[in-house]
Amino acid sequence: MSHSSEHRGKCELSFTVNGKAETIRVFPMERLLDVLRNNLGRTGTKEGCGEGECGSCSVLMDGKLVNSCLVPALQAVGSSLTTIEGLAEGPQLSALQAAFLECGGAQCGICTPGMILSASHLLHKKAEPTLDEIREALAGNLCRCTGYMQIFEAVAEASRRKNPA
Amino acid sequence: MTEEHIIGKSVPRKEGRDKVTGAARYIDDITMPGMLYGATVRSQIPRGVIKKISFDPQFDWAEFVTVTAKDIPGKNCIALIGDDQPCLADERVNHPEEPILLLAHPDPHLLRKAVDAVAIEYEPLPAIFTMEESERRSQIIWGTDNTLKTFLISKGDVDGIWAKADSIVEGEYTTGAQEQLYIENNGVIAAFDREQGITVWGSLQCPYYVHKALMALCDLPAEKIRVVQAETGGAFGGKEDYPSIIAGHAALLAMKSGRPVKIIYDRLEDMTATTKRHPSRTRHRTAVSKDGKILGGEIDFTIDGGAYATLSSVVLSRGTIHAGGPYYWPNVRIRGKAVATNAPPHGAFRGFGAPQSLFAMERHMDRIAQAVGLSPVEIRRRNFLRPGQTTTTEQTIREEIDLGKLLDRALELSDYSAKKARFAQQNKVGPIKKGMGIAAFLHGAGFTGSGERYLASVVAVEGCTDGNGTVRVLVSSTEFGQGTNTVLCQIAAEALDIPYDDVRIAQPDTNQVPNSGPTVASRTAMVVGSLVRSAALGIKQTLIASGSLGSSYSPEEFRTACRAHIAAHGELRSFARYEAPEGVFWDDQKYRGEAYACFAWAMYVAEVAVDLSTYSASVEDFVALQEVGRVLHPVLAKGQIAGGVAQGIGFALYEKVVWQNGRMQNGQMTNYIMPTSADLPPIRVFFEEMGNLHGAYGAKGIGELPMDGPAPAIVNAIGDALKDSIGDALAARFDSVPLMPEDIFEAVSANGER
Repeated sequence: MSHSSEHRGKCELSFTVNGKAETIRVFPMERLLDVLRNNLGRTGTKEGCGEGECGSCSVLMDGKLVNSCLVPALQAVGSSLTTIEGLAEGPQLSALQAAFLECGGAQCGICTPGMILSASHLLHKKAEPTLDEIREALAGNLCRCTGYMQIFEAVAEASRRKNPA
Repeated sequence: MTEEHIIGKSVPRKEGRDKVTGAARYIDDITMPGMLYGATVRSQIPRGVIKKISFDPQFDWAEFVTVTAKDIPGKNCIALIGDDQPCLADERVNHPEEPILLLAHPDPHLLRKAVDAVAIEYEPLPAIFTMEESERRSQIIWGTDNTLKTFLISKGDVDGIWAKADSIVEGEYTTGAQEQLYIENNGVIAAFDREQGITVWGSLQCPYYVHKALMALCDLPAEKIRVVQAETGGAFGGKEDYPSIIAGHAALLAMKSGRPVKIIYDRLEDMTATTKRHPSRTRHRTAVSKDGKILGGEIDFTIDGGAYATLSSVVLSRGTIHAGGPYYWPNVRIRGKAVATNAPPHGAFRGFGAPQSLFAMERHMDRIAQAVGLSPVEIRRRNFLRPGQTTTTEQTIREEIDLGKLLDRALELSDYSAKKARFAQQNKVGPIKKGMGIAAFLHGAGFTGSGERYLASVVAVEGCTDGNGTVRVLVSSTEFGQGTNTVLCQIAAEALDIPYDDVRIAQPDTNQVPNSGPTVASRTAMVVGSLVRSAALGIKQTLIASGSLGSSYSPEEFRTACRAHIAAHGELRSFARYEAPEGVFWDDQKYRGEAYACFAWAMYVAEVAVDLSTYSASVEDFVALQEVGRVLHPVLAKGQIAGGVAQGIGFALYEKVVWQNGRMQNGQMTNYIMPTSADLPPIRVFFEEMGNLHGAYGAKGIGELPMDGPAPAIVNAIGDALKDSIGDALAARFDSVPLMPEDIFEAVSANGER
C-alpha cells in the first residue's frame, strides 16, 4: 500500500462559511465537520460522538440544521453554512449567546456551539416558542452538564429580547 | 461584617464569552507543527498471557512510531495510590481494552488502519466478571484474595441489639455502572524536548496527578514535566485519573518520535476503555423499635473495582462513610469492600461511592417504613440526625441543622401530601400510575478524614501589571463547567474589595501554579476558596502594611498601589497553605472521627408516572432542596444541582451499561441512553442557607451532592405508584438501578403469577 495514493481523489469544493466564500481541496466524502475544523480553522464546531447522536457538531446549511459529522463535504457544495463563529457581530454577542452566558446555559461549553445553533434554528422558525417546543427542538443536542433547565431559560430569554412584548 | 458586593451575585462566567462564541480552545482544537497522531492497540480478551505481537507484512509500516512496555524509561505503572496499574500491558492482560501497544503517524486515517494491522496472540486465562465470582475466589486475579480494599466502621454494640428489636428489616440493593459521558472525549497532546522535558496539554481535572504519574513513568525530575489543562469539555470524575494514562501514552510516543503527539479518543474508545461509576451491592440488616426508631444495624457495602485498584479505595471510603445516610445510628457496623474483576477499572464519577450506598439506604428506609407501618416521611423524621448526635463514624453534628424542617419545606414545595392523596384516587383506574418518592441525604465536602491535611494545598494570588486586570489567582484547580474560574475570582475580588473584572485566573499549568490539590470531592469552592481568600487578604495586608494603600480605597487606588509595589519589589505575590483546623480528630485505622469538615444536606422529592401499557417510568416533577451553606453564585449553583439531578435521573432510569465478558457492549451514544431535553421533568432547585461559616464566605461543597438523591427518590416514587397495583411486597422489591421498563414488566408479571 502506498501512502501517496491516500492523496489521490481530492477535489475542489466551494461554499460559503459565515458569509465568506471558501474553496478547498479535500476528499469529497470527508466529513463536513473535519473540513470545517481542519481545513477552515472553524474549531468552534465540536465532535462529541461522530454518529449524529449528540448534536455538538450542529451547523446550519442553507438555514437547515445538520449534524456536520454526517454530511459529506461534497453535499455542502454551493451551500451557505453558518457555524458558531458566524453568530456574533464583532464584539456584539447575538441575543442567544448573551442569554446563554447570563442564564447559565453554558457550563463546560462543549455542547454550547451546537446547542446555540439549534436554538437559533428554532427561533428562526418560531420567534416565540413554548417550553415544549424548546424541549422538542433541542432534543437532538445532548448536554451532560446543565440538565437543560438553564438552556431552556436562555432560549426563552433570547426570544423575549428579540421580540419585546 | 461588611456588606458583600460580589459573593452571592451571578456575575458572568469568566470563560463564558469564549464558550458561547466558539473561541474556547479545547484540546482537539489545538495543533502543533510536525504533530503526529497517536492510537492505542488494546486487549481483545479479558484475561490472558500475551504470546506474540505481529505486524501485518502487507502494511507499509514506514513512518510509524511504535511503543511497547519495553520502551518505558521509568516504571511501567500509573502512579496514583497503589501503583498496580501498568501503563502498557507487558506479558499479561487483565481486562478487555487494556492498552498494549501505541502507534503514531502524521495521518490519522492511516493510523486507524494500522491499529487493525497489529495482531496479538494470547493464551487466554479464565476471567471473572461479577462481585460474587470475585468473592468466591475460583480465580485469583488480584493480590491474594481479589480484595482491593476493606473498611470497617463500628459504633456501639451491634450484636446486642437484635434481641431488643421489634422488627428486623433486611434488604439487598444494587446499582449498575454508569458512564460519565462528558461530551468531549478524553484527549491530550504531549511534546518532548531534551532540555525542557515533557509538556502535556490535555482535557483533565488534576494537573498534578498527571505530573506525578509522568515523573514515575518517564523517569524525569519534577522540573522536567509540565502539565497544562486545556479547556475541558466536561469531566464529572471521568477525567480525574484517566488522563494520567492517556498522557503517559502520548508522552511515550513523543519521547520516542521527538515530535508532538496528539491522542484523541473517539466515543467508542472512550466509553469502552475508560472508567465508569463502580457497580455496587449493599446489604442492610436493621433492628427497629415498634415506634420506628433505628436501634442499630449492619451494612455490607461492596463495589466492583475492575482489574486494578486505581481509585477504588477512596471511592469505597466515601461510600462506606455515607452508607448510614442522614440518620442517627446508636449502634452500627459497616463493612466496605472493593473487589477485583476482569473489567476496565472503575473510577471516579460525581458522588464517588455515595450515590451507591445512599441509594441502598434510602430504598431501605421505605422498606423499614412499610415493615413498621409508618409513612416514608415519618420514618425519616424519627431517625434524622440532630445537632449534638454523632454520625456512624462518631463525628458530632455541630451545626444547627434541622432536617425535619428541611423535609417539611421539600414536602411543601412538591405539594407532596395533596398529590399523594390525589394519586391514590387516580391510580385506581387506567394504565397510568403515579407516585411520590423522597430521598433524604447528606454529602461530606472535601477530602475524607486526614485527606486535606496530607494534601496541604497551596494557592497564590499575585498582582499584575500587564493591563489584563489587577490581580491573578494561581491554582491548579480546574474549570470543566462547574464554575471554578468564576467562583474563585469572585472570592478574591470580594476579599480585596475590587471589581470582579479586575481579577482573573491563570490557566492551570504546573510551571505556573502551585498545587492546590485535585479538582474533586466538592472541595474547590470550600477548601480552595478559603485559601484564595487568605492569599488575597495577604496581598491587601502587604499593601496596607507598606503604606501604599489606606484602609479604605478605590479600585483605582488599589491598582496604583499594586503597580507601585511591583515596581519597587519586583513582584507582589501572596501564598496560602491549608492548615487543618484544631481539635479535629480522625483515626485512619479505626475509621472513626471527623470524616468531613462539614456536610451538605438535602431533601429531594420525585413525582413519577408509570405507564402499565408500556412499563416505562417517567419523572414528572422534581424538587431538589438543599442546604449547602452560602450560595456564592446562584446561577452556577442552580446549574450544578440541575445538572447533577439530570445525571441522577439517567442513573435511575436510562443509563444501563451492558457487559459481556468484561467489555461494555453499548459504547455509543446510540445505545447508551442519557436524558435528552425532552426526557426531563422540570427540575426545581431550592436552597436553604443555614448561615454556618465553613469555607470562604460560608460555602460548603455542592458539586457531587445532587447525584446522590435522584435515584432513590425516583425508585421510591415508582414503588409508591405501583404499590396498589402489585402489592407492597413486590413494590418494595425495586431494589436496583437502573430500573428499566423490562424490570418493571417483570415485577408486574410476577404479581400476575401469584
